[in-house]
Amino acid sequence: MFFRRAGIRHTDYAADRGLFPIPADRWAIGALLLLGLLAPLVFSSLTISSYLTPWLVWVSAALGLNLILGWAGQFHFGYAAVMGIGAYTTVHAYKAGVPWEIAVVLGGLMATVIGVGFAFAALRVKGLYLALSTLALQFVMDWVISHVPAISGGVSATLQAPAMALLGQTIESDSGLYYVALGWALLVTLFMLNLRRTALGRALVAVREKDYAAAVIGVQAFRYKLVAFATSSFIGGVSGAMLIFCFYHAVTPEQFAVNVSIELLAMVIVGGLASTIGSWFGAAFILLLPGQIHTLIAWGAKLLGVDIGIETLSHLPYAVYGALIIIFLLVEPMGLGKLYGNVRTYLMVWPFGYARK
Amino acid sequence: MYLLELGINGAMSGLMYSLVAMGIVLIYKSSSVPNLAQGALTMVGAYVVLAFANGAGLPMWAAIPLAMLTMMGMGMGIERVALRRLAGRPIVMILMMTLGLDIFLRAVTLVIGGGTARPLDIGISNDPLFLGPLLLNRAYAVGAVVALGLFTVFVFFFRTRRGVVLRAIADDYMASWSVGISVERGVALSWALSSLVATTAGVLWGSIQGVDQSLSLLLLKGITVAVLGGMDSLGGAILAGIALGVIEAVAAGILDPMLGGGTRELVVALVLILTIMIRPHGLFGRHHIERL
Repeated sequence: MFFRRAGIRHTDYAADRGLFPIPADRWAIGALLLLGLLAPLVFSSLTISSYLTPWLVWVSAALGLNLILGWAGQFHFGYAAVMGIGAYTTVHAYKAGVPWEIAVVLGGLMATVIGVGFAFAALRVKGLYLALSTLALQFVMDWVISHVPAISGGVSATLQAPAMALLGQTIESDSGLYYVALGWALLVTLFMLNLRRTALGRALVAVREKDYAAAVIGVQAFRYKLVAFATSSFIGGVSGAMLIFCFYHAVTPEQFAVNVSIELLAMVIVGGLASTIGSWFGAAFILLLPGQIHTLIAWGAKLLGVDIGIETLSHLPYAVYGALIIIFLLVEPMGLGKLYGNVRTYLMVWPFGYARK
Repeated sequence: MYLLELGINGAMSGLMYSLVAMGIVLIYKSSSVPNLAQGALTMVGAYVVLAFANGAGLPMWAAIPLAMLTMMGMGMGIERVALRRLAGRPIVMILMMTLGLDIFLRAVTLVIGGGTARPLDIGISNDPLFLGPLLLNRAYAVGAVVALGLFTVFVFFFRTRRGVVLRAIADDYMASWSVGISVERGVALSWALSSLVATTAGVLWGSIQGVDQSLSLLLLKGITVAVLGGMDSLGGAILAGIALGVIEAVAAGILDPMLGGGTRELVVALVLILTIMIRPHGLFGRHHIERL
């Protein structure tokens, strides 16, 4: 309908290979960006700080995991640990007086170094065994973080994060933190969108599809697996730091425990493997839906006069969240990104549906 | 002497990990599905027993078999609804499905059964057993005997007609298919058996540590034992269970005072990593491991 391809004639390769060749997409992106920029004016400060900012940070983390899981096809059940490494390194470096920008990069680099350690498992085994070894590494990381007081910050295992200072400006307001998170999410999104147009992205896809076939055509599976783990760990580390500075304001080991890794996996799966827009949807779905369901059920119970215990109410969102993963895998294994794609392809030729064939 | 005592108690608790691992192995053998929901199944099993015992007021000797039957039906249901449709899909889908099942089963159980820990009394006294100068935990001893008993039953079961069918499916499901074996029924049977084992594990662990969400954490230990023994070897699961139990108990006994507690999970995770790094097919596994 709006996504009409008719009348778009590219006269050079650059235009043809543009990120958004269809004008309607460009308009939509422009409008969304504008909405993103104006969000602090449109939404209340509570919505910004408790929904939009965490959503943006989780989107960047999910994109990082999607790079390794969706693009390179390697399992990573310990992504939260990688984020935790980034977060702890950044907070410690920043507290030691390193400027914030450099501290964040340091956090990312530290996550990269240790994340590549995870990759050594990937160089030996794949599939189930890779999944299990990264899961085990997650447990080891959890243990190290919570049992070394120098990392976790003493007895109570909480480390306050000081307010961040970007380019010398201290940022404390909700909208300021929102813009930082938005900036990082956009940066990662842009990187992921461009990834599929680069040699690196194509090499990763080749490794994912069949690693020895990739080796036959001259793609070193070893090297690209390492690169994939390193890149996604960097994104994860910085996202972990963002999570702390923009949202939690204090680090505890539980924030990066194994269930967080699984939540991230759920975001990627529900969103769709190797789908950038899917990660945006998936993060929103997994992050925001349980809370909404909680309110919905509480409201429904009140309406019907049924008394649901607090305990029941607190576990129901998890049941829904598990059910969502199951339903998505059964009904649409490629996730929300694919659903969006279906709607888009349908609208692209609407009302001339036969033209698609 | 102290270490010997730790070792023997560890070996017995390790045999109880084998119960969880045997469930994983049964399913993996027949359908190559690594069941990450085995911990949740264990927990559900314990809750179902409690529901029959406390909710319906049945005595334990009736509640446990009834719960086993219920769980067998449930295992077959899970296989039919969730996993059969994923056959032939990439492993990421299957792993994610079992993880989703794990989250779902845990949450639904907590919604229905409540999260507070409750005792499950199967009539094992708390007095330690004395073996010469050694103090042995009576509950662990019962668990170890049950695990070994179940293993023996399985050894004989795999010699019956139906057991041979299951072994054929585990060997080569395509070939079994072509000679007229109903692979679907075999896989469903393995899920039923696995749920039965899970219920047993749930009852035994529930009687030791109480029935609550932490029962599902047995998954990590179960899967470590399964990998260490080889994902498709029941005997391997038994031996690896003993090995892991001893390693864990002795290492925790030595390291805990030095590092300030909580080393059990660390030791288990390290054993898992080392197994995968050094010998991914485990002690007795024969599956071909694809590696680069």
